[in-house]
Amino acid sequence: MTWEIVIGLEVHTQLSTNTKIFSGASTAFGAEPNTQADAVSLALPGVLPVLNKGAVERAIKFGLATGSHIAAHSVFARKNYFYPDLPKGYQISQMDLPVVGRGSLTILVEPLSGNAKPYEKTVRITRAHLEEDAGKSVHGAAQGMTGVDLNRAGTPLLEIVSEPDMCSAAEAVAYAKALHTLVRWIGICDGNMQEGSFRCDVNVSVRKPGAPLGTRREIKNLNSFKFMQQAIDYEVQWQIDTIENGGKVQQATILFNPDTGETRAMRSKEDAHDYRYFPDPDLLPLEISPEWIEQVRATLPELPHTKQARYVNELGLSAYDASMLTSSREMADFFETVLAAVPNDAKMCANWIMGEVNAQLNRDGLDMSQSPITAQQLGGILKRIADNTISNSGAKEVFRTMWTEGGDADAIIEAKGLKQVSDSGAIEAIVDSVMAANAEKVAEYRSGKDKLFGFFVGAAMKASQGKANPAQLNEVLKQKLAG
Amino acid sequence: MITYRPYLNKEFAMSLSTSDVEKVARLARLAMTPTEIEVARSQLSGIFGLIAEMQAVDTGGVTPMSHSQDLAQRLRADVVSESNQREAFQAIAPQVEGGLYLVPQVIE
Amino acid sequence: MIESSLSQMGAALRAKKISSVELTQLYLDRIAQQNPQLNAYITVRPEASIAQARAADARIAAGTAEALTGIPFGQKDIFCAKDWLTTCGSKMLHNFVSPYDAHVISQFNNAGAVNLGKTNMDEFAMGSSNETSHYGIVKNPWDKARVPGGSSGGTASAIAARLCAAATGTDTGGSIRQPASLCGISGLKPTYGVVSRYGMIAFASSLDQAGPMGRNAEDLALMLNTMAGFDERDSTSLQRNKEDYAREINKQVGADKPLHGLRIGIPKEFFAEGLDIDVEHAVQAAIAEYQKLGATLVNISLPNTRLSIPVYYVLAPAEASSNLSRFDGVRYGYRAPEYSDLTDMYQKSRAQGFGAEVKRRIMIGTYVLSHGYYDAYYLQAQKIRRLIAQDFVEAYKHCDVIMGPTSPSTAFKLGEKGDDPVQMYLSDIYTIAVNLAGLPGMSIPCGFGANNMPVGLQIIGNYFDEARMLNVAHQYQLATDWHSRAPQGI
Repeated sequence: MTWEIVIGLEVHTQLSTNTKIFSGASTAFGAEPNTQADAVSLALPGVLPVLNKGAVERAIKFGLATGSHIAAHSVFARKNYFYPDLPKGYQISQMDLPVVGRGSLTILVEPLSGNAKPYEKTVRITRAHLEEDAGKSVHGAAQGMTGVDLNRAGTPLLEIVSEPDMCSAAEAVAYAKALHTLVRWIGICDGNMQEGSFRCDVNVSVRKPGAPLGTRREIKNLNSFKFMQQAIDYEVQWQIDTIENGGKVQQATILFNPDTGETRAMRSKEDAHDYRYFPDPDLLPLEISPEWIEQVRATLPELPHTKQARYVNELGLSAYDASMLTSSREMADFFETVLAAVPNDAKMCANWIMGEVNAQLNRDGLDMSQSPITAQQLGGILKRIADNTISNSGAKEVFRTMWTEGGDADAIIEAKGLKQVSDSGAIEAIVDSVMAANAEKVAEYRSGKDKLFGFFVGAAMKASQGKANPAQLNEVLKQKLAG
Repeated sequence: MITYRPYLNKEFAMSLSTSDVEKVARLARLAMTPTEIEVARSQLSGIFGLIAEMQAVDTGGVTPMSHSQDLAQRLRADVVSESNQREAFQAIAPQVEGGLYLVPQVIE
Repeated sequence: MIESSLSQMGAALRAKKISSVELTQLYLDRIAQQNPQLNAYITVRPEASIAQARAADARIAAGTAEALTGIPFGQKDIFCAKDWLTTCGSKMLHNFVSPYDAHVISQFNNAGAVNLGKTNMDEFAMGSSNETSHYGIVKNPWDKARVPGGSSGGTASAIAARLCAAATGTDTGGSIRQPASLCGISGLKPTYGVVSRYGMIAFASSLDQAGPMGRNAEDLALMLNTMAGFDERDSTSLQRNKEDYAREINKQVGADKPLHGLRIGIPKEFFAEGLDIDVEHAVQAAIAEYQKLGATLVNISLPNTRLSIPVYYVLAPAEASSNLSRFDGVRYGYRAPEYSDLTDMYQKSRAQGFGAEVKRRIMIGTYVLSHGYYDAYYLQAQKIRRLIAQDFVEAYKHCDVIMGPTSPSTAFKLGEKGDDPVQMYLSDIYTIAVNLAGLPGMSIPCGFGANNMPVGLQIIGNYFDEARMLNVAHQYQLATDWHSRAPQGI
């Protein structure tokens, strides 16, 4: 019996403003509790909100980056509920008229299992709206009490809501990752998931193909892609089991416990379905002019999907390579700097970055920005491969040396004597001596034992102390062995 | 004293049920005894009788009015203007410890 | 001195005929003597007031005094004032010593004015009789068995009894104009957005507006000059050029016909069923006086007037229910002494901290916003609100100001309407539409009704027409002396 999985995401991205969405208090992470809770964040009697321009600019950037409709006129509404981390007893959000309307994001999905190939998919974005974050509850702050820290209260959030277009955990994770890349790429969110800058709520339901949508359950506050995948896998199985055992799925808000790998329904917020939304009378409608949108557009960098298309169409890279190289702005910048040294060898650049560089970074637990080898240094190595100064294996040696000791490619090549022999006379002499020393094998080869070719390559390379230009060596060997 | 009753429109008069009032009290986080609920039900029914007159008005094509001035939201520059005043703010708090406001345990 | 206008007081202070300390002490003594009977003030801090007076005297000595420097004012207890207990008339804020100043308070402080004390008010400004204050009912100096009106009843009572030079009020549905009317003083609610709401504890955000209350129109103009002006902390504060609200006050078109050419709109709906006969007589007499001053009358209609009550009693409670959610016993204010868990703490703190009228309005507001009722109540009310505002736009095509009664009756007896909220709400009939439209409105004394209780004339202006309204009021006050009458025994 097969089931169809239907997934939609609501992603809360903290916008990287200096100050809160409705007041001039700092949003810096990690301050002592409540030291960044100003009168507005605390909802003292009589205080009023004034909208932060920086938050609106970031929302516009996101709208432009996803080809979304940007509302000329949007409205802030109050979402009313009581919770200790919500000082006003309402959250200022947007309901009927959000700042960003319909758009889309094209993602590359790497199936999580089997040998299935990566494929592209376009996920529709329903809307994105501005709202304020809540504070934080610190459980067990005192005996039987919960502590409330309102430093985070009022931090601007852009809540990005997708259509239920994803049909596997792999697609959901790919979408979340693409969104995570995008918001950092355009500089609207630092993407720090540990600090809660990028939090995902996942709506999951299952149905029989062709059947109407099933009842969904919402997994709240996932702050890692790994947990997201685990939570969805668990939840899907739970829903299928529940239905197949004759039960019914009830709409619920659920939490994922990373320790047990299980999901469970939340107990609080029982009035969650009567938020009594109404337009906030303390705030006037937000008007965004076409001129302002154009000003913001001018500040946008080339976007990941534009770059990807350019890498595929102009540089001849595969969709997969293009996607990997645009997984972050640092990565793309690194690639483009390396490419500048060897403009005709994009594939080689891609292979080196995704191969050697990534492997070393992973081994040392570093990220791209911490790489001990700069893009310029790597470009120096690849340039010497391209002009046949060094072989690929020689290049790897240069790379290893450079990684630990630093330095310039040419200097290392010189110091290590890695310059390969490309002089045809010298190579012919080597080949001649190897053939002379192995006359029997030459005879065997000539009588049809083709497989011996590799033996000759190895022997000749050894005789050259690894410095012979491999392509040239192959050529000469083929000619001479053919007799 | 003159009794003003012209506004009470019997046709639209409505009465709230006890469970309506209980739901509202719960949403508004107001503890109420059954007696208080009953008094509130009676008074609110009277008030909604007053309000009911509105329902007969044809408002087709009328744009709702949220503000008296037709203006756009003014925007604030993204510059820090507030400094730490925790001590002053927490001096008036019912219960604090270690800089945190304390509330009865929250169960999620 | 206590019968002097603010400008006379200011001149006397600057001429050093009296010091601010002496003037302040004079009022503090009067408060000590009379407040126990009237209950017009919730909080007085004589030392703090005297300290401000000393600073004002220093400023006068230094020659940097402004119009209001050294003059003692009462401040409605709805305005947060740093280091002052700010209760908003509620047990919920019985211990709230504000850590910051409201914009209005800062403006008075910057002008060198003295804060005499925080005046009593209906709890969270919800009421028309000042009987809902947690700090006890306020009495009308004209008859201590009667209400002063509300919600700015403490302010009105204090001014009528000369317990301050003048004082502030706020007006959401008539809370400046109605108590001014009932206490025989003058009060002005400016155009919405003229005075910043920052630090003024919110009742219904889209209707609340602070304004001056005093003994005459000249005083109101001087106070409004200090109170008005753009404030970047209030998104609804209007960015307009600073104006002198007294600039037209002495304008006279002709010596015998100072208001020649003024067209006064008389809305028939304001003189229909429900208006007490004594009030009607006094108001008609005032309108006749205006004709003598050169004004002409224009019959107008504000057809949706009666709908303003249902509309107001949907919109104001809806906004209030949300505005008052912050009072939860977590960060400040009242927390119930005993509770079993978080929800219980919320429910008990709010049930014990709020009074009956506030809870009633929170419940109305919660109900009209709740699922399934929003369109029928809130949205419908907002649409009719526009119709009401359009009535005024239409009317102002034919007239310059609108006049009528402020309140359908003079001050009623304490407790008379206490148990019938509907009766109480209906008495706001003439004032509410002005808030819904966001227009400026004022009330000035225009005579006395039955039992020798004061009657107020309401003057409603077009948007931003405060200077003209003050001229219209002042010319009347030059020709009459209703505004300078004082209750006996004060």
